[in-house]
Amino acid sequence: MKKMIFGNAAKISRRKFMVSSAAAGGGLALGMNLPFLSDAHAQRAGTGTEINIWVVVRPNDTCVIRIARSEMGQGTLTGLAQLVAEELDCDWKKVTTEGLTPGRNLASKRAWGNMSTGGSQGIRQSQDYVRRGGAAARMMLLQAAADLWQVPVAEVTVDKGIVKHGPTFRQIGYGKVAAAAAKLPPPDPKTIKLKDPKDWKIAGKPLKRLDTAAKLNGSKIYAIDVKLPGMLNAAIKDSPVFGGKLKSFDEAKIAKMPGVKKVVRVKDSAIAVVAETWWQAKTALDALPVVWDEGPNASQSSATIAEFIKAGLTSEQTNGEIKKGDALAAIAGAAKKVEATYSTPFLSHACMEVNNATVKLSADMAELWVPTQNLEASLAALSEESGIPLNKCEVHRHDLGGGFGRRGGTQDYVRQAVVIAKEFPGTPVKLIWSREEDQAHDFFRPISQCKATAALDAQGNLTGMHIRLSGQSINAWLNPAGVVNGKDRRQLQGFWEEPHDAQIGYTVANSLIEYTMRNTHVPVGPWRGVNTNQNGVYMECFMEEIARAAGKDSLEFRRALMKNHPKHLAVLNAAAEKGNWGKPLPAGQYRGIAQFMGYGSYSAATAEVSVSPQGKLKVHRMVLALNCGHAVNPDQIAAQVEGSVAYGLSATLYGDCPVEKGRMTSLNFDSYEIMKIAEMPKVETVIVPTYDFWGGVGEPTICVVAPAVLNAVFAATGKPVRSLPLKDIKLV
Amino acid sequence: MAKLNINGRVRDANVPNDTPLLWFIREQVGLTGTKYGCGVAQCGACSVHINGEVQRSCSIRVGDIKATDKIVTIEGLSATTSHPVQQAWAALDVPQCGYCQSGQIMAAAALLAKTKKPTDSDIDQAMTNICRCGTYQRIRAAVHLAAEGRSALNRASKARS
Ligand code: FES
Ligand code: FES
Repeated sequence: MKKMIFGNAAKISRRKFMVSSAAAGGGLALGMNLPFLSDAHAQRAGTGTEINIWVVVRPNDTCVIRIARSEMGQGTLTGLAQLVAEELDCDWKKVTTEGLTPGRNLASKRAWGNMSTGGSQGIRQSQDYVRRGGAAARMMLLQAAADLWQVPVAEVTVDKGIVKHGPTFRQIGYGKVAAAAAKLPPPDPKTIKLKDPKDWKIAGKPLKRLDTAAKLNGSKIYAIDVKLPGMLNAAIKDSPVFGGKLKSFDEAKIAKMPGVKKVVRVKDSAIAVVAETWWQAKTALDALPVVWDEGPNASQSSATIAEFIKAGLTSEQTNGEIKKGDALAAIAGAAKKVEATYSTPFLSHACMEVNNATVKLSADMAELWVPTQNLEASLAALSEESGIPLNKCEVHRHDLGGGFGRRGGTQDYVRQAVVIAKEFPGTPVKLIWSREEDQAHDFFRPISQCKATAALDAQGNLTGMHIRLSGQSINAWLNPAGVVNGKDRRQLQGFWEEPHDAQIGYTVANSLIEYTMRNTHVPVGPWRGVNTNQNGVYMECFMEEIARAAGKDSLEFRRALMKNHPKHLAVLNAAAEKGNWGKPLPAGQYRGIAQFMGYGSYSAATAEVSVSPQGKLKVHRMVLALNCGHAVNPDQIAAQVEGSVAYGLSATLYGDCPVEKGRMTSLNFDSYEIMKIAEMPKVETVIVPTYDFWGGVGEPTICVVAPAVLNAVFAATGKPVRSLPLKDIKLV
Repeated sequence: MAKLNINGRVRDANVPNDTPLLWFIREQVGLTGTKYGCGVAQCGACSVHINGEVQRSCSIRVGDIKATDKIVTIEGLSATTSHPVQQAWAALDVPQCGYCQSGQIMAAAALLAKTKKPTDSDIDQAMTNICRCGTYQRIRAAVHLAAEGRSALNRASKARS
């Protein structure tokens, strides 16, 4: 990914800047101005004094920490606050947070940096400048106290927001020196020294989340809950067949239904009904006769798509390859050949809060209330679609009821809501998708297949490996600029040789890993653990097959290939140790193991399963090991790991979005089944941080969940699983 | 016109009889803690208590409710977030995005009202709500914690504050 140089932002027109932020879909790091100078545009937070853009101090010593990234359950809000509070040396019990809006960020020349929250970047991409913001504020507060007492600042210390001058036994709270501190010039960035993480007292600790209370009593207001004076509600139906068009509809049939205000054509493919309440709008929409022009895609089905992708496994042309040595020659001369073909389906995100957006347009102002992982992309979509300039647009911030990659750059539901609201100037209109609409019009996890071949020598050593992926490209759908000269290396995430992000953990002398692009008519996009979630299945299930063909232990076989990848290996060892690898299990239980890397962190897992004589799978226990470099909040990391097991296991057991006649057919949770508590294994999280890098947390571990379970199933049944979901497979 | 007793207040239901209770609660009464997740009784996000039983309000018609039925939503579970289930949820930091948690808490409260010390299999059977963030492990632990009573709750709350 390209990265702009700091400070370049000002040279780019704001409009272009914002729109490109939308197109980037959350994956592109954009340039920004130095983020800790106090900003004149910034509003005062309550009665507090703004020390710099990240920190506001109230007279009662409360420290308000500003948060730019979105909170969708992943705990980033608390983690970012911990990082700032750590450097600020304030009292954690007196910390509160304030969410920033993109309009405010834009008005301040993006002083708060990139607000996009995807790719597990919320903390790792902002940790440096938010910590510096906290440290700069501390330096100013200490200087103000030193000035007040007329002593050298070097004699002044601080503990939990109380500044002390030891020699004279004087002390004063941050709240009392805040006003003077705010008037001081910010420190020279070169003089800011961040703490050694080994000395952390607030960061690095398993502190409780700051945002739990309102989630326990119904008082938390998600975007779907917004109530505004005079607000109308809209329900929408987009062409069930992707790429189809709205042909005609019979408005008269529903015009007199209770509460109905209007039927609105939304672009060329969707129809919406606006009514007083959403239930009225939805009821009328369901009764509205609609004729679709389904177009050529109506002939597509899961079967035609599978054939199309399968052809990519043997095609001449490819769209990206990673090559070392001569894999094909090694395979041709192998003492033993191992071959397998795998497939994984489309998956929807199924966030618990369905897509929704409330828009109010007046002559020269546009407002939006929306669950979004990219507030700036939402702002850009609001402006583009309404024609109202960016600086007259604002997005009101709401934590999301789930994101998982669905609500980043695409903003399709925002655009729809703007089109509808245009029909009601001055009146807020809330668009809510039904669950059925949400399932029908996702940007799905790309469908793919994998053909894998390996060469073993007479001693059972792996001498060559050829992996061919064929499937849909996220970039081709959402970010065509990411496909360069027909090559799309993003689909090879997890197989990269380069260190730090999604590196393969094995050294195979002769290796050819290729990707063939096979784009269907189904929209695709990022889905938690983007690309590593299917590539992890392919690599690790195949590695299991190779190890077994070589007659070797699954763990030892992997270890032998990982000598050049000590970080991968250490995490694998941690999972194996805590997962009691090689030790006896209760009768009927079997173990599997897997390791893979994504989103800047190293993951490994073991799974313990049993398969009943009737073929029913039970996952009893999983151990997940993670090295994310620094661990900002170990308890929230564990929560993300537990969540990744549920999300990944749900996909493994049930996840599939079949296509018939060009459309999605699993439109609610009765057909798109989701794992429940009864199927949740006991999850143990082992965090093995090495404190020398900043890795992601929300996404990395999902890539080892499915392969660890599938490899345990292989151990239990003696048969490899090569396609998902398991509900479609007879295990015995 | 039907009359509905919600959180102890009797209201006129000035909507067609086939309006789902969920949407009456959200759009007419204005209590938005009860969530829409699926509309087809699959996810439990819309769970409320009716006469002490946990029910999926998306799939109950307003016209089928009697004036004597007592409906309790998450907002009515306790005045100060003091129900043992709410406290256990806080002690173990159960919620992630939080969207499903009103329903989870209502389901857990109904379970504990009947079964003072539920086993894991009681929990498996009673708690069939979907959580996409995957908080299941903590939900299970929190139900057990709530069942242990006040002193255990107090200890757990103090352990990590
Ligand atoms: S919304 Fe009622 S069960 Fe899902
Ligand atoms: S906490 Fe997010 S769906 Fe349960």
